[in-house]
Amino acid sequence: MTDQRSQAEIVRHSLKRRYRTERRFRLYGILAIFIALASLFILFADIISKGHTGFIKTTITLNVTLDSEMMYLDDPTDEIQWSNADFKAPIIAALQAQVPEAASASEKRELRRFLGTFADSETRNLLTKHPEFLNTTQTIEFPTHDRVSVYVKHADNPRYSIKLSEQQQRWVDELLVQGVIDTGFNDVLFNRGDSREPANAGVLGAIVGSLLTMLVTLAISFPVGIAAAVYLEEFAPQNKLTDFIEVNINNLAAVPSIIFGLLGLAVFINLFGMPRSVPVVGGLVLALMTLPTIIISSRAAIKSVPPSIREAAEGIGASKMQVVLHHVVPLAMPGMLTGSIIGMAQALGETAPLLLIGMVAFIVDVPDGLFSSATVLPVQIYLWASSSEQGFVELASAAIMVLLTFMIIMNALAIWLRKRLERRW
Amino acid sequence: MQTANLLPLILVLAVVAYGLAYMRSRAVAAPLGGIRNLKALPFYYAARAALWCAIPALIVLAVWAGFEDKVIQGIVIASLPPDTWPESAGQASLILSQISNVAAGSLNSEFLPEHITGAASVLEAMQNKSGNFKAILVVLIAVLGATFAWTRVAPHINARKNVETTLRRIFFACAALAVLTTAGIVFSVFLETLRFFDRVPITEFLFGTSWSPQTAIRIDQIGSEGAFGVIPLFTGTLLISAIALLVAVPVGLLSAIYLAEYASKRMRSTIKPVLEMLAGIPTVVYGFFAALTVAPFIRDLAETVGLEASSQSALAAGLVMGIMIVPFVSSLSDDVISAVPQTMRDGSLALGATQSETMKKVIFPAALPGIIGGILLAASRAIGETMIVVMAAGLAANLTANPLNSVTTVTVQIATLLVGDQEFDSAKTLSAFALGMLLFIVTLLLNVLALKIVRKYREQYD
Repeated sequence: MTDQRSQAEIVRHSLKRRYRTERRFRLYGILAIFIALASLFILFADIISKGHTGFIKTTITLNVTLDSEMMYLDDPTDEIQWSNADFKAPIIAALQAQVPEAASASEKRELRRFLGTFADSETRNLLTKHPEFLNTTQTIEFPTHDRVSVYVKHADNPRYSIKLSEQQQRWVDELLVQGVIDTGFNDVLFNRGDSREPANAGVLGAIVGSLLTMLVTLAISFPVGIAAAVYLEEFAPQNKLTDFIEVNINNLAAVPSIIFGLLGLAVFINLFGMPRSVPVVGGLVLALMTLPTIIISSRAAIKSVPPSIREAAEGIGASKMQVVLHHVVPLAMPGMLTGSIIGMAQALGETAPLLLIGMVAFIVDVPDGLFSSATVLPVQIYLWASSSEQGFVELASAAIMVLLTFMIIMNALAIWLRKRLERRW
Repeated sequence: MQTANLLPLILVLAVVAYGLAYMRSRAVAAPLGGIRNLKALPFYYAARAALWCAIPALIVLAVWAGFEDKVIQGIVIASLPPDTWPESAGQASLILSQISNVAAGSLNSEFLPEHITGAASVLEAMQNKSGNFKAILVVLIAVLGATFAWTRVAPHINARKNVETTLRRIFFACAALAVLTTAGIVFSVFLETLRFFDRVPITEFLFGTSWSPQTAIRIDQIGSEGAFGVIPLFTGTLLISAIALLVAVPVGLLSAIYLAEYASKRMRSTIKPVLEMLAGIPTVVYGFFAALTVAPFIRDLAETVGLEASSQSALAAGLVMGIMIVPFVSSLSDDVISAVPQTMRDGSLALGATQSETMKKVIFPAALPGIIGGILLAASRAIGETMIVVMAAGLAANLTANPLNSVTTVTVQIATLLVGDQEFDSAKTLSAFALGMLLFIVTLLLNVLALKIVRKYREQYD
C-alpha cells in the first residue's frame, strides 16, 4: 500500500517537471521553425530594401543647344568630323547655364561631374537618328553620375557613403527642386546589356543569355530525360547493367554542380574545341546537370500510372511500345512536365559550372544567337555583386528580384500543372 | 555550311522521307486491297524511312563537327614553315588564335609576319572545304538512308518491329547517357589529375600544409615556387561545413519534429513548402546575402565585443550555408519520422509517456539512421557548395580554426583557378582538376554512405 502510494506520488511529483520539459520541447520546435522562416524573411527583406532603388533611375533633363561650333561638327555625314566631334560640350554648357553659381574653373569641374560617363552617347545617338537637330535646342534626358544617383536615392541612408562635396550637394538639391534632376522608372535596366557605368547597365543581355541557355538545356534534357525514364521503367531488364545505370543516375543527382563545370571545360571546350562563354556549351552542361532530376521525377510519374491501363491496352493487342507511347507517356506527362519545370528552375539559378566555361566575361551586347558570347542572369548578379561601385550593388539586388520572379513563375506553373492536370487513380 | 544550318536541313529531309514512304506504302497497299494487307501501318513504314534518313546523317554530322576544329588546326600548324613551328602548346594556341583572328578579319594583317597571314588563308580554305564536304556527305547519307528505307516498303516486311526496336535502342542510349556523363567526369578529371601529379607529387598534394598556386612566370623569380598542399583548403571546407551543419541540424531536425508530431495538418501544409523554398533559392542569392549583409554585420558585431573579425569570415559563409541546407535536413527527417510505425508511438503514449518523451526515447532512436543519412546528404551539399563561399569566404588559404578568420575552400580554389584566361599546361590550372577529383570522391563517398544508411533503414519498416 505505502509502496504504491509513494510510486503514485513520485509520478505526480515528477509530472510538473515532465510537463515543463514537454512545453520546452515544443517551444524548441516552434523556435526552429521561426528561425528558418525569419531567415527567409530577412533574406527577402534585405534584397528588396537594397534592390528596390535599382528600379529607379536618376536623370538630369537639360535644354541642350546642339551648337555645331561647340561640337566641332558642321557636317554630320563627314566621318572624320563625326568621330572627332565633342558631343559632351553642349551638355556641359547647358548644365552650366542651369547653375550659373558655378563660375570658377574648379566649380565648373565639380558641376561637370554630375553627368554620367556616357552622357555624350545620348547626344550622339540623337544626332544619328535626327541629323536635322544640329544647331537646334532640344530637351534631352541624361543619366546622372553614380555619385549623384547615390546621393539622390540614399542621402539619409548611413550604409551608403555620399561622395559629393557640400557645394555639389547644394546644387543637386536646387536642381531637384527645379525638377531638372528627377527620378523615374529605370527602363535602362530592361533594355540594355552590361556596362561599366551603373546608370547604363541593364539585365536584358543576361536575360536573353539565360533564355538561350535554357532553350538548349530544355531541348536536350527534356526528351533525353523522358526517354531514359521510359526505358528504365518500362523496358529495362532486371540485370547488372540496369542496376549500374540506376546507381549512376542517383549519384549524378548529388554530384556538386561545379564538377559539371569541370566536365564541360575538359570535354566540350578542350576536347571538342567548342568556343568559350557561349549559350550552347552552358546549355549542354546544365542539361547534363538537370538530367538526373528529370529522370527521377519522370520515373515517379510513370510509376503512378496504374497497371490496369497497361493491361487493357495489351489486352486489345497493342505492342509494348504502343502501350507506352499511346497510353503511359501521355498519362504521365503532367508529372513529367512538373519535374522538368522544377529541374529547369534549378538550372536557371545555377552559377558555378558556368563560371568555369567562361560565361563570366564582361559582355555589353545583347547575345543574338546560340554561338555568340553571353552571360546569364545569376552570373550577372555575381559580377555586379563583386563590383566595388555602390550603384552596381543595387543593380545586383534588382537583378536578384528579376531572377526570383522568373523562378517563382516557373514554380507556380509547376504547382498549377500538378493541381490542374495530375489525375489521382 | 555550318553545323547549325545542317540540322534543320536533315529535319526537312526526314520529313520529306516520311511523306514519300507514307505515300508509297499506300500505293503498295492499294492493289492488294487496302492497308490491312500490309504487315504494318503506313505510319511505321514512314517513320522507319524518317529514322533511316536522320539517324546515320546525324551521327556522321556529330562526329565530323566534333573533330573538325582539331584536324584543321593540326593541318594549319603543319602548313607553317618549319622554323616557325610552335614549341609548346601555349605557343601553339597563341599562334592559332592569331591566325583565326586574321582569317575572321578582326585582326589587321598588315603588321603580322607573312607565315601567319599565309596560314590564315590556309585556315580559311580548309574551313570552306571542310564545310562543303561535310554538307555534301551528310546530305548524301541522308538521301541514301531514305532511299534504302523507301525500297523496303513492302507488304511482307514488318516495319513496326524495326521502328520499335530502334526506338528502344534510342531510349537505352538516353539512359546510358548518365553512365557516359559519369565516365566523362571520371576520365576527364582523372586524366588532368594524373598530369598534375606528374608535376607535383601526390604526397605533397595530400599532406602539404601550404597552398599558394602561383607558379613562377620567369625562371629566376623569387618566392613563387607554388605550393600545392591541400590541407588548408580542406580544413577551410570542413570549418565552413561544420558551422553550416551546426545551424542546419538543430534547426532542421527540430522543425521536422514539430511539423511531424505537433503541427496541425493546415500548419504543416503551409509551412513545409515555405521551408522548402529555402532550398530553391539560387545559391548566388545566398552568396550576395552572405557577402553584403551577414559578413559586415558579423564584423561590426565582433568589433563591438572587442574581437577582430575579417570582412570575409568563415562564420558568415557558414551561417548562410546552414540556412540553405535546412530543408535538406528537415524534409528527409520529416519523411523518416513519419515513416516510424504509428504502433510504436501509440505504445509509448499508452504507457504514460509525454509526447516529447515518446519522441526522444522511442521515435528518435528508431528514426536515427534515416536522420543521419539526411545529415550526410546535407554535409555533402555543404562541401560541394560553391557560390556562397566564392562570394563570402575569401581566397587566403589560412590554416585556422577561428571562425572569424577568412578561410578558403576547395570549391573556391577550383572556381578562381579556372576563371579567366589560362593555359592548360601549368600546374596551377591542373591543380584545379586534382581538387575537383578530390571533391568528387569525397562527395561520392558521403552520398553512397548516406543512401546506404537510408535504404537499410527503409527496409526495416517497409
